[in-house]
Amino acid sequence: MGITIQQLSVFLENREGRLDEVLAVLANNDVNIVALSLADTSDYGMLRMIVSDPNKGRAVLKENEITAMLTDVVAFRVPHATGSLSKAMHQVVEGDVNIEYMYAFANGQDASAVLKTDDPSRVADILRGSGFDVWEATEAYASNANL
Amino acid sequence: MAAVTLENWVERIRDLKIECMSSDEMAALQSRRLADVVNRAYHNVDFYHKKMKALGVEPGDIKGIEDIHKLPFTTKEDLRDNYPFGLLAIPKKDVVRVQGTSGTTGKLTLASYSQKDVDVWGECVARCLAMAGLTEEDILHVCYGYGLFTGGIGLDLGARALGAMAIPMSAGNTQRQMMCMEDFGATAIACTPSYALHLAESLQEAGLVSSLKIKAGIHGAEPWTEEMRRKIESILEINCFDIYGLCEITGPGVAQDCIHHAGLHVNADYFYPEVLDPATNQACADKETGELIFTTLSKEAMPLIRYRTKDLTSIDHSTCECGRTTPRISKFTGRTDDMKVIRGVNVFPTQVETALLGMGGAVAPHYLMIVDREENMDILTVMVEVDESVFSDEIRKLDALKNKIGAVLKQALGVSVRVKLVEPKTIQRSEGKAVRVIDKRNIE
Repeated sequence: MGITIQQLSVFLENREGRLDEVLAVLANNDVNIVALSLADTSDYGMLRMIVSDPNKGRAVLKENEITAMLTDVVAFRVPHATGSLSKAMHQVVEGDVNIEYMYAFANGQDASAVLKTDDPSRVADILRGSGFDVWEATEAYASNANL
Repeated sequence: MAAVTLENWVERIRDLKIECMSSDEMAALQSRRLADVVNRAYHNVDFYHKKMKALGVEPGDIKGIEDIHKLPFTTKEDLRDNYPFGLLAIPKKDVVRVQGTSGTTGKLTLASYSQKDVDVWGECVARCLAMAGLTEEDILHVCYGYGLFTGGIGLDLGARALGAMAIPMSAGNTQRQMMCMEDFGATAIACTPSYALHLAESLQEAGLVSSLKIKAGIHGAEPWTEEMRRKIESILEINCFDIYGLCEITGPGVAQDCIHHAGLHVNADYFYPEVLDPATNQACADKETGELIFTTLSKEAMPLIRYRTKDLTSIDHSTCECGRTTPRISKFTGRTDDMKVIRGVNVFPTQVETALLGMGGAVAPHYLMIVDREENMDILTVMVEVDESVFSDEIRKLDALKNKIGAVLKQALGVSVRVKLVEPKTIQRSEGKAVRVIDKRNIE
């Protein structure tokens, strides 16, 4: 089985201070954000995060009436070498998996990328099979300072 | 008692001659009564005399029911302006009772009745009770309030006219209601649908349902859904009926649905219904939604001509499967107060609600309509809540949902709609009078 991790996805209304409110709820409940991506459309925003405790994150947001869900994604290490990401994408495309979206974050010496695809488990296998480090949940949710 | 299925239902029609009358005969009867009531209103009610004079209409111009469109309207404001006895068409000493309803503005809307008005009222409710399958053998447990409100006394008068037994419980004290229902052997119950549901659940919890003899429920005085009806019916194992009326016209008994639940049969020999486009005041075709207007054809004490109910409905003149020819009005779809004219199209909040509910649970029916004007164009924005059941981490899917809602609403309303997805609980909940429409246009 491919290794997937859980991303916390949050619906954000386009309203002043809303992002701040969401982040405050997480901070007040000791949920650490490891990586995030914020997408915006004309009338709402989409906040996607890798956090220290996705289940807890979702629960505390729900208590505060914020719409959130958990999504299976794959996170992998992208070495600081030209062409690394390109190689990874090439493998994914060869494997016939569709990428819905992707974002990257700094991770110690290297960079990491989070991939949402139509087949998370398979993409994890493909990447690992091509020599990429795919993060286990315990590694991904930990602060990058320790990696 | 088990509910009666449609196949085993025995239809009871109290006044075969009237309720199954041919349309020509009914029109002739209505015409005679209209000419009479117009004559009485013109000569005995200063308000109508002045209104008709101002329009240049005289009683002689009203030769038949087809002339009704020449007559002036009466509004709730007119009733308020002539409160309490300004619209009497008979001497005050001949008024035998008054009934009233509290308005949102504080003052009561008061209606006066002669003895004949009371008798007609009872007769109309008796027709409704017969429509619900009741006979003189039945025992009607009335837990509508008694007092100025027309609910309690109205159903009581109906039971009296039918020769059934009425138990005048009035509202409240559910424990005592349950005890009396069981002890007195009530076979039917009359109350608001919300109280019926509360009572049904209490009876179920107390394990009393099987010891009851109840077979029918007659409910009205507030809007209720088909789901609510089915729920009360299934808990109590009874057949429920939707009774309609308003104090200004007479009280409950103006209309009620039959076992086929295909609209509410109007007692049109006494109360003439019109359905008009609220924007143009032109008559709507059958099944087209508009404002319900009533003219009391035989009322003595306080006849009302073309009274605007502000209730939105449609009318169907075809013969019902039950055999009655009386016109049927559909369940109310809203109030004219809520109607908005957007790019020339009449739009009602309830249409939005119905359309959203029709999406099979894809979206929650919590919405807010915002009407605005941009560069002289009316823009309708509908805010819909995104709860956990429809939320997706993929913008593509949320946009697809948004487009789908837009398409469904455009289909239902006939105008294009901008859909805005908002967070849950952003929109006020529908208990009480939730705000469903905000009109930002400044139209003089």
